[in-house]
Amino acid sequence: MTVFLADLNYWVTIFLMIGGLYIIAAHGNMIKKLVGLSIFQTSVYLLFLSPGKVLGGTAPIIAPGFEVYSNPLPHVLILTAIVVGVATIALGLALVVRIHEAYGTIEDDEVQEMEAD
Amino acid sequence: MMRDTVILRVVVKLLLPAILIFALYVQFHGEYGPGGGFQAGVAAAAAIILYGMIFGIDEAQKVVPRRIVNTMIPLGVLIFAGTGVASMFLGENYLNYSPFASKPVNGQHVGILVVEAGVFITVASTMLAIFYVFGGRADEADQRADEAGKKGGEG
Amino acid sequence: MVVVVIGIIRAHNLFAVVMLGGIYSFLLATVMVILDAVDVAMTEAAVGAGMSTVLLLAVLHLTRAREAPLRHAPAIPLLVCLLTGGALVYGTLDLPPFGKADNPQNQHVAPYYLENAEAETKSPNVVTAVLASYRGYDTLGEVAVIFTAGIGVLILLSRRRRREMIVEDEGGSKHDA
Repeated sequence: MTVFLADLNYWVTIFLMIGGLYIIAAHGNMIKKLVGLSIFQTSVYLLFLSPGKVLGGTAPIIAPGFEVYSNPLPHVLILTAIVVGVATIALGLALVVRIHEAYGTIEDDEVQEMEAD
Repeated sequence: MMRDTVILRVVVKLLLPAILIFALYVQFHGEYGPGGGFQAGVAAAAAIILYGMIFGIDEAQKVVPRRIVNTMIPLGVLIFAGTGVASMFLGENYLNYSPFASKPVNGQHVGILVVEAGVFITVASTMLAIFYVFGGRADEADQRADEAGKKGGEG
Repeated sequence: MVVVVIGIIRAHNLFAVVMLGGIYSFLLATVMVILDAVDVAMTEAAVGAGMSTVLLLAVLHLTRAREAPLRHAPAIPLLVCLLTGGALVYGTLDLPPFGKADNPQNQHVAPYYLENAEAETKSPNVVTAVLASYRGYDTLGEVAVIFTAGIGVLILLSRRRRREMIVEDEGGSKHDA
């Protein structure tokens, strides 16, 4: 049971990653692809954050009375990654809007068919 | 968008100063509690975006004009990079804040504040700029749809 | 979260997808608080649930809110995903146990930050100290990326006058042909 609980975090992370990957690979709608991309990203956040947690520790803000703190380094990396993530998603959405204006659709297949014609 | 809802307007007007003050608190209290430039920037941008969503983007652009936003994006990066250059001129490595005050500890403190301010400016203005262009596009699309409808009626 | 992700995969109404994405972000923020990452949770709640939901809604307004049904059975992507997932699960068997302070990733530079950050920077929040001071280069790079993305969005979306003229020209020539 403890083994199961210990690995649960990683398994949830893996499931999220695979879910995001599946959305990106299988769905043709570009907005949905971007949502899948962001789910993939969040799974990476979890992948970084969950090893940094120390059981019985507290948030890495130094205060008297606490001895054990979680690892601050992944927090720093992920903090910037989130904001960068939303900026890149915005860039992708801008591309989607332009594609919609140029082709009148946001489906992958339809754009490719129009290109082929 | 939702320009006619009285409840939303009143609630947003009450919430706006609270959100902005919270953003500033997060910004300047970031060394002591959770927070920092990234969070504060997003919170401040969210306040303006809320205003823009309820009262229309033109109103929001009267408060924070597009020109200022577009100037602020590179300004934040310049503040950050300029801090590094300044520390080089003061005889230290790039982005080492120790020489900014008489004691290295105080220098680090000042350096963190300045750098966080740069982060705040860039993040907030980038988010706002993105919102402005997307929202402006949406308004234009509405207008074009209206015009197209009229043209179709005439034709 | 797992349930919400399954909902996102299955939903064809993009509006529902965006709303589920917001819920997903809030759940993720809660998990982050449990994992002691308060700064990150704050950012995720503001960015994931606030900013990206607004942006996605704006884009939905500009485009279409329905997804076309899948044209072919998603067998190959599913197979690839399952294979990758299996490999990753196999990989977890070798990972160090969860939450122990003497794991390798908690032994490298983190203890140094935790012990010296307050003395060297007068900043009790170690995350801020590391972000702005010890890893200033990283953060400068991230800010530059945000800057670049913002400029990219502005370039893509704000040159409307010239582009509209071009579109009109193209439309005219097509009619002639």
